[in-house]
Amino acid sequence: MATKSISRRDILKTLTMGAMAGSVLRVIPAQAAEYAHHMVAAEKAATTTGVYTPKFFSPQQYKTLQTLCQAIIPVDTDSGGAKEAGAPEFIDLLTSENPKYQLKLGGGLMWLDAQCTDRYGKAYLDCSPAQQKEILDLIAYCKNAEKDPGLSQGVEFFAFLREMTADGFFTSEIGIKYLGYVGNTYLLTFPGCPSVPEA
Amino acid sequence: MAQVVRSPKVYDVCIIGSGAAGGTAAKVLTEGGLNVVMLEAGPPLNPEKDFKEHMWPYQLPHRGVGVGGEHRHELNDEFIAPNGAWEIEGEPYTAAAGSQFRWFRSRIVGGRTNHWGRIALRFAPVDFRSRSTDGMGDDWPITYEEVSPYYDKVESYIGVFGSKENIPSAPDGIFLPPPPPRCTETIIKKACDKLNIPCVPSRLAILTRPLNGRAACHYCAQCGRGCLTASNFSSSQVMIPPAQATGRFTLITGAMAREIVVGKDGKAEAVAYIDKAMRSEKRVHARAFMVAASACESARLLLNSRSTLFPDGLANSSGAVGRYLTDSVGSSAGGYFPQLEKMPPHNHDGVGGMHLYMPWWKYDRKNDFLRGYHIEFGGGRDMPGVGDFDRLCEEHEGYGASLKQHCRSRYGTYIGFSGRGEMIPNEHSYCDIDPDTVDQWGIPVLRFHWQWSENEINMAKDMQETFRSIVEAAGGTFISKAKPEGRHPYGIEDGGVIIHELGTARMGSNPKTSVLNKYCQAHDVNNVFVTDAAAFVTNPDKNPTLTIMALSWRASEYLLDQARKGSL
Repeated sequence: MATKSISRRDILKTLTMGAMAGSVLRVIPAQAAEYAHHMVAAEKAATTTGVYTPKFFSPQQYKTLQTLCQAIIPVDTDSGGAKEAGAPEFIDLLTSENPKYQLKLGGGLMWLDAQCTDRYGKAYLDCSPAQQKEILDLIAYCKNAEKDPGLSQGVEFFAFLREMTADGFFTSEIGIKYLGYVGNTYLLTFPGCPSVPEA
Repeated sequence: MAQVVRSPKVYDVCIIGSGAAGGTAAKVLTEGGLNVVMLEAGPPLNPEKDFKEHMWPYQLPHRGVGVGGEHRHELNDEFIAPNGAWEIEGEPYTAAAGSQFRWFRSRIVGGRTNHWGRIALRFAPVDFRSRSTDGMGDDWPITYEEVSPYYDKVESYIGVFGSKENIPSAPDGIFLPPPPPRCTETIIKKACDKLNIPCVPSRLAILTRPLNGRAACHYCAQCGRGCLTASNFSSSQVMIPPAQATGRFTLITGAMAREIVVGKDGKAEAVAYIDKAMRSEKRVHARAFMVAASACESARLLLNSRSTLFPDGLANSSGAVGRYLTDSVGSSAGGYFPQLEKMPPHNHDGVGGMHLYMPWWKYDRKNDFLRGYHIEFGGGRDMPGVGDFDRLCEEHEGYGASLKQHCRSRYGTYIGFSGRGEMIPNEHSYCDIDPDTVDQWGIPVLRFHWQWSENEINMAKDMQETFRSIVEAAGGTFISKAKPEGRHPYGIEDGGVIIHELGTARMGSNPKTSVLNKYCQAHDVNNVFVTDAAAFVTNPDKNPTLTIMALSWRASEYLLDQARKGSL
């Protein structure tokens, strides 16, 4: 290779030596900090390329998971949905490592398919949009389990999946942008608060 | 034939622990000319590699919550600087039947200062005279006036922002300018003004101006992740480097102290420690010893240092080692503030902690409890993290576009409040050596005994009532899980959870009832000092770290003076 990329270590070393000249502290001059931070972030950044292969869920289950995630946080005019945000990948990764999640989510998906088979004679993915909406409307609210205890496992499952989907979406790049979080940057002074409307 | 015996290297001082107390001692002692060796049970800290400052959740496959989501809702996630844990594999602790106690321990250079909230509050004059004031607990053998010059030294060196307020319960210090309030803080301050509760700039060890070679804060709110510019205080980045620069400092990492070894003359002569990497025992010799392993770990080391001269543990003729254990009284609640829904997106980060707080204000009236508490609060448009939307999901239920919009409109509208109050030592709260359990290094472990008294429960009740009045005065909806009954009455946290545990080798003028004299020097063994919060007599509603550093600085100067006089 003709070009040798400068490593983060080299940069930090240079910066640190600069600071060392005037101080015994191993710190980086403020003006160079931003550059160094970006180097660090870029090096540490996880690289996700290509198609994700599920680690825990079967291909069929993973499709169901994707569909459910997207139903929980859908695409709208402001942003993509949970699927575009990588929520299914996040959920599959954690589930593959956690036996409790495997019971809750793996078991939950099987419960859902069994319910759909009982009610509509086919698995969730093969149900019509109206049928899918009907079953989701049943398991998306606690009060339905109070009326029909047979739904309580489904309600539990869906509540957990809703939280995990929200996690996956709102910690993604598009989710953070959707919320309007604008920090994680470098400021010389903190501006304080724009005026607050009255309660 | 005469055998050649190589005498071991003898350092002037051996410091056990590298946190707030150990780091301060290392700086002062080495700069004073002494040769110092420091034992740290954990590995070195490497900010360039270990810190995750400025990373986004989506840059980590687990989004910060670790393998299998194990850190979901935990104090530490993948972003936080390495600093410690509630449980350390192979190093258990136990709780006596009926006691609930959690012990947050650190195994890393810098100790718990790597994640410390940087809240740097001076104790007030009255805090040193508790018994004289209300008849409970004990007075310190020192006064505020004696400690004050050391608060000055610490603040001038580490940098603390704040404002002069002339509040008797919260003495002013040497302050850098405070940052302006965030929106959440502006709203709460207005409410506090209505209620006559002081809401003033907080006092945090974060630089708002460059100081002593360190750059000013760049307001990313990520102090807990560790700061590459060392704009916040940590022992690892601010105390250890100047010690290293003297050339008189030796740091031994992965060294778990097991016992302080006493010579025939009754003075300590070495520390026996486990070299964790080699799984073998070694010794390091010194003329004096500074035990700074954290209050309970220091008590454990003394209690485990039994000998014929000291059958109940080193420096424990009083029986006070492990006793008088306290933690802060903690209780939390929060509120939803609809006016925050109307805020346009804006940078809310600020420093890594609150810009305003409420110091104790009811000191001149009769309350249902003795002593006081301060209030910390925070919330708003923080960087989103895993677990942050659970509550919104639960209250909204359902799915689809309305759930998505609900989460966005409610994002940043929650403000949480935490009270931090003074616990009075009681005979039911202490630690001792568990007779049945050793850790993986063969060192007997601590067993905790814990009981809150009525005073603390009443204080927690008052906290909840105050939180409610503030939230409602600010036009918010009060949200609290606290109930008057149950295991956590009024939301009082278990012992140890606030991580202000202290008092287990307290100082005092009477050697029969205290372990240390007013210079943190053991009554029984004059070349042993304990300079962490074990030395504290009371646990006022001020986070202990600033006082740990002030007392360690003071003890170190005293030790230097003794060394100059040749009495080491």
